[in-house]
Amino acid sequence: MTNSWTDIKNTDLVIVMGGNAAEAHPCGFKWVTEAKHQRGAKLIVVDPRFTRTASVADYYAPIRPGSDIAFLMGLIRYMIENDKVQWEYVKAFTNASLIVKDEFGWADGLFTGYDEEKRDYDKSSWDYVIGDDGFAVTDPTLQNPRCVWNLLKAHVDVYTPEMVERITGTPKDRFLKIAEMIGECSSPTKTMTSMYALGWTQHSKGAQNIRGMAMLQLILGNIGVRGGGMNALRGHSNIQGLTDIGLMSNLIPGYLNIPTEREADWATYMTSRAFKPLRPGQTSYWQNYPKFMVSFMKSMWGDAAQKDNDWAYHYLPKLDVPSYDILRMYELMDEGRVNLYFCQGFNPLLATPNRDKVTRAFSKLKLLVTMDPLETETARFWENHGAHNDVDTAAIQTEVIQLPSSCFAEDEGALVNSGRWLQWHWKASDMPGEARNDVWIMAQIFLRVRELYRTEGGAFPDPILNLTWDYADPNEPHPEELAREMNGRALSAVYDPTDPTKVVAEPGKQLLNFSQLRDDGSTASGCWIYSGSFNEAGNNMARRDNADPDDTGAYPNWTWSWPLNRRTLYNRASCDLNGKPWDPTRKIIEWDGEKWSGYDVPDISPTAKPGEVMPFIMNQEGVSRLFSRGLMRDGPFPTHMEPFESPVENVFNKRMRGNPVVRVFAKDAADLGTSDEFPFVATSYRLTEHFHYWTKHNVVNAALQPEFFVEISEELAAERGIERGGRVRVWSKRGEVWAVALVTKRIKPMICDGKTVHVVGIPLHWGFVGAARKGWGPNSLTPVLGDANVETPEFKAFLVNIEPAVGEAVS
Amino acid sequence: MTTNIQDSPRTALSNPPVQPGQSNLGQPAVRRSSAGGPVAEQPTPLTEVAKLIDVSKCIGCKACQSACIEWNDTHPEIETNVGVYENPHDLTPEMFTLMRFAEYDNPDNGNFEWLIRKDGCMHCEEPGCLKACPAPGAIVQYTNGIVDFIHENCIGCGYCVSGCPFDIPRISQKTHVAYKCTLCSDRVAVGQGPACAKACPTHAIVFGTKEDMKIHAAARIEDLKSRGYENAGLYDPPGVGGTHVMYVLHHADKPGIYNDLPEDPQISPVVEGWKGPTKTVGLAAIGLAAVGSVVMGLFSRSAVADEDEHQAQEMVDRAAAGLPVDPIPGREQV
Repeated sequence: MTNSWTDIKNTDLVIVMGGNAAEAHPCGFKWVTEAKHQRGAKLIVVDPRFTRTASVADYYAPIRPGSDIAFLMGLIRYMIENDKVQWEYVKAFTNASLIVKDEFGWADGLFTGYDEEKRDYDKSSWDYVIGDDGFAVTDPTLQNPRCVWNLLKAHVDVYTPEMVERITGTPKDRFLKIAEMIGECSSPTKTMTSMYALGWTQHSKGAQNIRGMAMLQLILGNIGVRGGGMNALRGHSNIQGLTDIGLMSNLIPGYLNIPTEREADWATYMTSRAFKPLRPGQTSYWQNYPKFMVSFMKSMWGDAAQKDNDWAYHYLPKLDVPSYDILRMYELMDEGRVNLYFCQGFNPLLATPNRDKVTRAFSKLKLLVTMDPLETETARFWENHGAHNDVDTAAIQTEVIQLPSSCFAEDEGALVNSGRWLQWHWKASDMPGEARNDVWIMAQIFLRVRELYRTEGGAFPDPILNLTWDYADPNEPHPEELAREMNGRALSAVYDPTDPTKVVAEPGKQLLNFSQLRDDGSTASGCWIYSGSFNEAGNNMARRDNADPDDTGAYPNWTWSWPLNRRTLYNRASCDLNGKPWDPTRKIIEWDGEKWSGYDVPDISPTAKPGEVMPFIMNQEGVSRLFSRGLMRDGPFPTHMEPFESPVENVFNKRMRGNPVVRVFAKDAADLGTSDEFPFVATSYRLTEHFHYWTKHNVVNAALQPEFFVEISEELAAERGIERGGRVRVWSKRGEVWAVALVTKRIKPMICDGKTVHVVGIPLHWGFVGAARKGWGPNSLTPVLGDANVETPEFKAFLVNIEPAVGEAVS
Repeated sequence: MTTNIQDSPRTALSNPPVQPGQSNLGQPAVRRSSAGGPVAEQPTPLTEVAKLIDVSKCIGCKACQSACIEWNDTHPEIETNVGVYENPHDLTPEMFTLMRFAEYDNPDNGNFEWLIRKDGCMHCEEPGCLKACPAPGAIVQYTNGIVDFIHENCIGCGYCVSGCPFDIPRISQKTHVAYKCTLCSDRVAVGQGPACAKACPTHAIVFGTKEDMKIHAAARIEDLKSRGYENAGLYDPPGVGGTHVMYVLHHADKPGIYNDLPEDPQISPVVEGWKGPTKTVGLAAIGLAAVGSVVMGLFSRSAVADEDEHQAQEMVDRAAAGLPVDPIPGREQV
């Protein structure tokens, strides 16, 4: 989230699209209710199904799964055509005025530079014209036909309301009504908030869905303001924390990158991380990258990381591929190239696409280790459960070790919520049986592996032998020790850069925050964005002061929010070029002639003059990007792309299937179905009554939603002879499931490109262990494809067929 | 607002007291008791309470059901899905409240609406169950308006089901007594709000004095009217003297669209009219009517064992004759 849950109460308009906040985030949704109740805010829901969020919405529109970009570009077109633009904001705070290279263009659904062989773009034309002064050229009058604004205008021109209806199936009148409601928020005193979740991310172009809305929000001037923002509702408790501390194959904590093979040494690695400002006087905060990186290396390897050995850069693994995401890992496993797989807090047998492939892949492992507080299907993938898990147990030789671990209430630590708040919690209960917390388990493994390296040596023992492990109890580091380590401390005296005689942090002391990080080896910090969470003032994450001066929703002393306890990102953009709030009733910060101050920590240097330093300090331009240069693999503007399995062809280019730069493994490509065989669009989702595959173990949740079902329209039910409550078989190119048919008016057929499109809704939550009835998850049906940029699997739009189940009922 | 637990309840929105408190309910606050059961001579005067359910804020998440199960320590069955969102499928002796989902095509504007209503005991000011109940002291009403079932006095006859215009009580086949929402009388008695209100994430369920809840409802109705729901209103049906569970409805002119919420609930005239020995006759009449017309009535009547029926009749007769009534031996207390 750019903003926070509590900030949503400040909004005038909520759009829930690409998510289902009331069902999947019912507690956070209270702030929507609050905004409606206290401010008279309106709620719009755009979703293939009329959800429980829609049941309390002021306006609802259906949309075909996987067609959101067309809807969003249509909205941008409407705003431009009807002058619903916050002009002052757009001109000053976005890259609207920057000039783009002449070579850049878009035709037939593709941007310039596409290479069909490589399934990739040559992105060299997707960039600004750089002047002789080394800065990007601009035209503040927006007259230049090659400025971003005019290119954007041309890019969205094709998305007329008629085209939106044709692609998305959203009736034109509904689309226009929504556009009109949103257009009102171009006023500096009206804001809209966007709440989205996996309904936008789980697509082969998920990142572009989100960019589409972010661009709309920028055009309306809704980023950085109270009640505005791009608010990603994270799908899992602490999944924000997971990404923050880099639990991904290509990341280092704090959104730093694991080097690639091309970056053999420190100097090479740093050349692409200079982040020189692209406009004069701009902050470009990532210029501090070396400080974050060196401090990370010092935190990992202490004295073994020195300037003269490039901070032990050679200890870091170098990626030979962009990432070892789950899709690639299961492909490797299926090829028999993985021996051992550790599954920590993860139930991939039900959560990774194409369950058949997952089972096949697990069967080729030598050892599978699961660490989970609950019994998972993954740990029992080898066990035959009839139709629910029809495997040949005797043929599977994989050894499985289950390590029971702790639930959140059984240990201590911080959970990071969607609003970036690190909220410390305390242990409420002992773990049952032989369960141990994850830290203890990891420590035991590490200590044993280190001992093996110590005694037996190895190809490269140094990174293991030299890893810093100075905890009071090496067998079980305390959560506070780990938190202090992430915050960082001074290794030797840290000096004030403006006054080298002044010590700002004595050796051994916790650092105040990341402003004290240095690239000379004098500081260590495990995760720079968390620096400030546990400083000499103590554990700020444990703060529980719920005072909220002037009811701004900031709650500045409630726990701690990264970065720097800032509650609203880009909050400098809540003020105009004179530093005055666009909406004085929604002030966050203000320029008093000398400095910035207010209710929140300013997202700008406190003394940066409002007319000079622009608010988007993380960007080299200093402004936000309507045009994202070469930063995304699939285009600098979002362009409509069909899902890989779609009932209709791409209206711009019939030859295009899905996202043209998505990585597709050969076997998975052969497993893609077409609409002749699989005429219906399926989408997957969660239900309020359950949390993923956890709560089916709980008898209360199981009683409230006991059995797997699929949702279809009355029209589809009639067409296929399916009765309400009857059993159906649903199958895709990759597998089949049996379910109860929930026939509903909440799903209606749509007309897309002249064709009737039926949607089949497939909730997750059922498997073959737990208290609820046995069932299947959508992953039995979904394709192995990910987003072009981040490899999030395409769970939200795929093709299936459906028929009444015949013969023996499976239950 | 006063903070005296002895009188005004706290709303579920405010933080309830954390220190142990003296219960303000129980026998001293009983102002009405079934079949001539004991009432307090000078019942503790308490402010009338109410739970307000704003269906326009309800997201159907079933947190209320979950909280109800947890607080009352019930164990609803893990049933099947029969093609709807309601689970369990109906109120049961183990499920005192239930989200009911209705799919509604609004003929006035062509919009589709998904109307979700939390069903459960309405705590009528004039409770049909209490009036129909033949077992002395099995159903009581406290001076704050809560209608409570006193299980040790219940004979499981099911007449409360027949007497209820909202079809709420359910008879357990295991314990042979009637169950329904108590409005968390055990929580309210010590200054807490009902568990469902505490758990409701959107504050669709709020609790407080009936007067405060009406004021709160008025503001909600104004908001709904501003959003185009011209017929938004409060459901506090006069036919049962008003209720201590009220609804804010977007379509108060059509309560029936919310899964058959009665338009104008009334206590059966047979129940209303009887006095003393005529009660037995009246009960028989209701029983017959139930068999003929109300499905749930049929269910609940058939759920009563013959022996219980016999004992119940005996107790009714004894009560009618002014003789003391012993609880049925061996009946478990819940």
